Amino acid sequence: MKINSVLSNGKMVSQSKTKLKTEAVNLYYGSFQALRSISLEIPERAITAIIGPSGCGKSSFLRLFNHMNDLITGARVEGRVELDDINIYDKSIDVVELRKRVGMVFQKPNPFPMSVFENVAFGPKRHGISNRAELEEIVERSLRQAVLWDEVKDKLEQSGLALSGGQQQRLCISRVLAVEPEVILMDEPCSALDPVATLKIEDLMRSLAENYTIVIVTHNMQQAARVSDMAAFLMMEEDRAGVLVEYGPTSELFTNPKDKRTEDYITGRFG
Amino acid sequence: MRAGAVSKRQLSQRTAFSLLIVATIIVVLPVLAIVIQIIVSGADAISWEFLTQAPSQAGKAGGILPAIVGTFYLMLGTIIVALPLGVMAGIYLTEYARDNWFTRAINLAIVNLAGVPSIVYGLFGLGVFVLMFHFGMSLLSASLTLACQALAMTVTTSREAILAVPREYREGSLAVGATRWQTIRHLVLPQALPGIITGAVFAMSRAAGETAPILVVGAAFLLPGLPQSPFDQFMALPYHLYTVAAHVPGMPKSTMWGVVLVLLVVVLSFNVLATIIRLRARQRRLNA
Repeated sequence: MKINSVLSNGKMVSQSKTKLKTEAVNLYYGSFQALRSISLEIPERAITAIIGPSGCGKSSFLRLFNHMNDLITGARVEGRVELDDINIYDKSIDVVELRKRVGMVFQKPNPFPMSVFENVAFGPKRHGISNRAELEEIVERSLRQAVLWDEVKDKLEQSGLALSGGQQQRLCISRVLAVEPEVILMDEPCSALDPVATLKIEDLMRSLAENYTIVIVTHNMQQAARVSDMAAFLMMEEDRAGVLVEYGPTSELFTNPKDKRTEDYITGRFG
Repeated sequence: MRAGAVSKRQLSQRTAFSLLIVATIIVVLPVLAIVIQIIVSGADAISWEFLTQAPSQAGKAGGILPAIVGTFYLMLGTIIVALPLGVMAGIYLTEYARDNWFTRAINLAIVNLAGVPSIVYGLFGLGVFVLMFHFGMSLLSASLTLACQALAMTVTTSREAILAVPREYREGSLAVGATRWQTIRHLVLPQALPGIITGAVFAMSRAAGETAPILVVGAAFLLPGLPQSPFDQFMALPYHLYTVAAHVPGMPKSTMWGVVLVLLVVVLSFNVLATIIRLRARQRRLNA
């Protein structure tokens, strides 16, 4: 797919390095095919949005990049999924190490039932950091990055579950940032939040895109138009397998869609 | 809106509530009656001497200390074996085992273990622990026998407690690069612990009350002293009650009720302890 436009980080898309790439990917759950022959390249340090109607496989597609589909019995992947030109479905890949590089934020905020501090320190601790001062530094840095520090600095020992929904989601983002990933996958991160909290997360995403590669699945077309640099439109075919209909710079996809189905979807004729 | 329709609905609601209350009372009443009966009839027998001395005259005089201590040892021995095994099997079955015919067969077998009559466990223990392993008629054989019986419960409750931990937590943990074991160790188990403890205490209470299995693997009718090692024979409250009630003519009624009361207190105090541990764990989870 030819892409040629300016990303918000100032670089031309064509100049930007490819961070993630799929090549003719098929995903099956048992005998059911969830994704068919999806090929696309996701640029580094930019926000790529995956849009499409419910059930078209957006989340399944996102979960390819951190092997999250492995948790489902019968899930099977064909084709190549690359991170920095390395096939992450190669047998030699250490999935735990991969997930450290490719973090994920979920639809429903899922803070752990422990303190704010412990939530953020969870990842670093599991990766072997036990020095208290070092952990404190990581926690503060991660909370600041997620623009949550000022709101929680006096209640680090309180339960993460006691925060508001929007704060919980930013806490979950901090938790991911604490392990210093390169890619952040976001699966409809705002669908459980109110409009004010949603805007905060979107601002946060924009600032994070300066250093991280972000892939976001969203139901909300306005959100995709507001925050993303690149947009991919997925749809399901008759057998309910998701296919890639169109992929390109967000500005082009939204103002000048090449495919009739994309146009119908973004103008609200279905979905 | 018609007033008649509303009052009809309210009437049926009241009828339903009344029925539910009556049913609840019917369920609770026998339990209350039993507890009151035991306390009233057994209170007279309870004395310092009764609780701290060995029995004499075939249990008609003296105390029941060896039976109390024996029951505690049995509960302890049972849980030391059944809890770790049950939790580990529960973790394996929920977190690691693939969903295939073999796993399903194991699950079915564990559920069915709970339905095996307790005397069957006793004979199994006699054959395996007493005779084959040469542990003899002993506290060890009896603890292992009761542990086999308790496993059905500890595995099942561990599995349920682990399964009840939301998938979102596991995914969140895996998504920051924690291994499956780290996820289990640091997130799933702490969450499942209250449920696991509840199951363990129920298993202990049941072990405290069992009579048939220990009959054939080491319980003694009368012992002058306490067991000194796991290979000694022992007394236990339910078995003591059975023998004094069935085989000792002229046994004072109040002494028998006294034994029942002590057994009840032992079991209830363990249940209370479990409840406290559970509440603490829940509190910690909410505050921490």
